[in-house]
Amino acid sequence: MSAADSTQAPQAPSPTSSLRLVFTLGLIALCSGLLVVSVVEWTRPIIADNHERALQQAVFDVIPGAVERRDFVLTEQGLVPKEETDARGEVIHAGYTEDGALAGIALEASGRGYADVIRILYGYDPACECIVGMSVLESQETPGLGDRIETDPDFLGSIEGLDASLTEDGTELKHGIRTVDPGEREEPGDIDGITGATVSAEAIGDMLHRSANKQLPQLQGHWSELERNE
Amino acid sequence: MAAKREQEPITMDTFLSGLWRENPVFVMLLGMCPVLAVTNTTENALAMGLATTFVLVCSTGLVSILRDFIPKEVRIASYIVIIATFVTVVDYAIQAISLEIYNALGAFIQLIVANCMILGRAEAFASRQPLGKTLVDALGVGAGFTLALLCLGTVRELLGAGEILGVQVFPDGFEPWVIMLLPPGGFFVLAGWLLLFAWLKERQNQRAAAAKEATADGR
Repeated sequence: MSAADSTQAPQAPSPTSSLRLVFTLGLIALCSGLLVVSVVEWTRPIIADNHERALQQAVFDVIPGAVERRDFVLTEQGLVPKEETDARGEVIHAGYTEDGALAGIALEASGRGYADVIRILYGYDPACECIVGMSVLESQETPGLGDRIETDPDFLGSIEGLDASLTEDGTELKHGIRTVDPGEREEPGDIDGITGATVSAEAIGDMLHRSANKQLPQLQGHWSELERNE
Repeated sequence: MAAKREQEPITMDTFLSGLWRENPVFVMLLGMCPVLAVTNTTENALAMGLATTFVLVCSTGLVSILRDFIPKEVRIASYIVIIATFVTVVDYAIQAISLEIYNALGAFIQLIVANCMILGRAEAFASRQPLGKTLVDALGVGAGFTLALLCLGTVRELLGAGEILGVQVFPDGFEPWVIMLLPPGGFFVLAGWLLLFAWLKERQNQRAAAAKEATADGR
């Protein structure tokens, strides 16, 4: 190689030192982390408040006449206000009327829908031993088809007042809850299905049956403990 | 070349090119995932457009500020960390503003991080341009993306539910075209808009050619 060649050869840029690369990425990651933590801390109470308000609204929607809510957990000592216990278990949202009388309870249920898991909240009135309302908390059902479980008047109407009484020994539902074809209700526990949303509507019937069949027998004998609204 | 381009002043064209001539959706066909997935209502389209614009403006702005500090070997990794940070910020901000919109947009908010339009603007523009110009460009591209989402969202909501922003437009007798709210509806409406823009462009070219010919004949 001649001297002229060596002077004309393009010089490759010197590689950046590994220390500099690590330092740059580390600094950017540190600043990112600080920003993310600040935003999470700042929005945490607002998001918790939004969830609380959404739950409150859902409870009032599924218990007609309710204007106040208290949460209970079923423990070995009976129904205990949620704020007074660390016990884990199904939360029972009790709704009260303006004069403090128990209007009903709201229970959460979930099950596999057509697209994903559906979470619902349903209201139960111990006075009529019936389901008085249902609201969808979370659903990814197909827009325009499966999501009609939230809006179809016949379907929702057949859930309001749906019989959920227990057998004489109080161990299970007297009439199983199930979704049938539209207009073919025969039993007190039958729900009108939705054409075009068969899977989603049947999923609601299944989860209502499973939840009510499990939780209502456990709550038998504890209704008076919910009446103590001071 | 890059140095020359950097010296070019900020003009209205810096903003308008992203909005119209180089529209990320209708011209460059970038970020198709949210374009097709969350444009089933006008509200969702607007929320996704604004969220993406926020991430685009903040992340390209920061990339522009740090352009001389970030070594080229780790630039893509750095851009992804910066974009992911602002996506997380917008994710929590939407949860704080409205749970309803957050639930409707679902995982697509987090997926803004994978939107190639943002990484593309960071790499192709922000890493070579000063802050002011980068911000104007990002606002133009963001506005173009939001406009495109709204074009799809309004048509899909109108035909699929007979409403716009939840307000009923068509009379009660209108039978909604449910397919417009489903994924195939996104493809149909996008194809319709692309066809319209292609036709407009073709007509513009024909008129320009005719005008040129007339000028040549007159001479």
